[in-house]
Amino acid sequence: MLELQNICFRADDKDILTDVNLKIDDKFVAITGPNGSGKSTLLKVIMGINEPTSGRVIFDGEDITDLPVNERAKRGLSFAFQQPVKFKGLRVRDLLTIASGSKMDLDRDCSFLKAVGLCPRDYIDREINDTLSGGEMKRIEIAMAAAKGGKMSLFDEPEAGIDLWSFNSLIDVFENLREKTDGNILIISHQERILEIADKIVYLKDGKVARYDTAEVIMDEFGMRRGRGCKCAHGMEGESCNG
Amino acid sequence: MDDIQKRILKEVAELDALPVGAFNIRANGESAARNTTANIDIVTKEDKPGIDIIIKDGTKNESCHIPVIISKTGLKECVYNDFFIGDNCDVTIVAGCGISNCGSHDSAHDGIHSFHVGKNSKVKYIERHYGEGTGTGKRFMNPTTEVELGEGSTMDMDTSQIAGINDTYRITKADISKDAMLIIHDKILTNEDQTAKAELICNLDGENSRADIVSRGVAKGDSVQDVIIDISGNNKCYGHAECDSIIMDRGVIVATPKLKASCVDASLVHEAAIGKIAGEQITKLMTLGLTEQEAEAKIIEGFLR
Repeated sequence: MLELQNICFRADDKDILTDVNLKIDDKFVAITGPNGSGKSTLLKVIMGINEPTSGRVIFDGEDITDLPVNERAKRGLSFAFQQPVKFKGLRVRDLLTIASGSKMDLDRDCSFLKAVGLCPRDYIDREINDTLSGGEMKRIEIAMAAAKGGKMSLFDEPEAGIDLWSFNSLIDVFENLREKTDGNILIISHQERILEIADKIVYLKDGKVARYDTAEVIMDEFGMRRGRGCKCAHGMEGESCNG
Repeated sequence: MDDIQKRILKEVAELDALPVGAFNIRANGESAARNTTANIDIVTKEDKPGIDIIIKDGTKNESCHIPVIISKTGLKECVYNDFFIGDNCDVTIVAGCGISNCGSHDSAHDGIHSFHVGKNSKVKYIERHYGEGTGTGKRFMNPTTEVELGEGSTMDMDTSQIAGINDTYRITKADISKDAMLIIHDKILTNEDQTAKAELICNLDGENSRADIVSRGVAKGDSVQDVIIDISGNNKCYGHAECDSIIMDRGVIVATPKLKASCVDASLVHEAAIGKIAGEQITKLMTLGLTEQEAEAKIIEGFLR
């Protein structure tokens, strides 16, 4: 499905990603690792938002390294930003319509909002601007990625910056998405409950793939389960890892 | 009306056919169609070009369309339309002008509108200006709108210049009485070497009067826009001025929010922002499958909605 070959990314005289090689075929794969390990950059390289310094991105057998973002979108990649983008004047329904790639279908668009726990009637005509809270923006961002659909959806830390109540229902959203979607999911997360439902976990450290294995193996190896007394998903209590 | 006139009517008033309710359609300097209702009368002025629109006290849920169409090259006109809106009304007024100029002579429409709104009335005012044509003749529009808003009344103005006007000088002046509120959403799109100047002046004279004036502009090509929002707080009042603009290509925008308070209980706020389209907005729409150009067009469409 997705293959990364020798991906390097350098910015401001720093190596952010170094020789990343990965083959991703499983339905639900999580990327985790400490802050600054290059997770978001890696996801942006896959989507074409960041151009790698070297290396190739192969998607469904096609080399997409030189394709612009929209061409990758057309080939079946979707992307949910960690910090959703705000607009002036564009409404939720406008973006859902663009995402689904066809004419407006109110029932269909509302179903995407319902799936992320938002009452369609209250949100479909809302502008995607500063009046929406962080939690609302996150849900709308996920609804858009679901509306876009396709072969692989990329989520950049959907749990970041949202309150506990929103977080709990967010987990349900991803469990639901995992069950219902036909495509694959590649998600950056620090959260035990998200990592738990992954088939595989990529553990990124200092811009390199430190480990890549089944969720069970990685979670045990890095002590990512709270049941073992850790307060953060990586078992790195005291370190800044957003766990 | 011919096909060109029908198309312009659609652009400025979103009308495919004659509207329901009161209307006066002015085409190439003459009244092309008119309808009055039991509550809304339209009378031709005798001393100068234009009409008086008289709306009776208590008129509710009625509308009045007064579009102007110019399709004859070289036609220049100055038209005076006066609205007398009674007390306790709730009405929608749709105005606007479209010029199609395929000839070599300049066409121009200067519309001078004055609104005298009674007490406790609600007025929704929609005005669209549009130009088109392949000729060398230019298209000019200089609308002036004067508003006297009576006690407890609300006027919600949605004004826009969609495209194709070479030069415009738009003046809106409003005097707001006690407990009355003025809302203006003004939108201008300019392109090529077009110029647009807009002055939105509001005097908050009455106690508890309010104004919310938002101007949004997009300047493309080599076009130039100059927007002034000028609010005076002369009583206990609240006023908000916002100039929000996007520049593209070599466009130039001057945005001037101006506030004057002459009463210690006047609360006045202004905001102004000019910049290009945020790169992250374009990227976001590209992740949904739009090209960069399509993304830009969508962002502008939303911004000027």
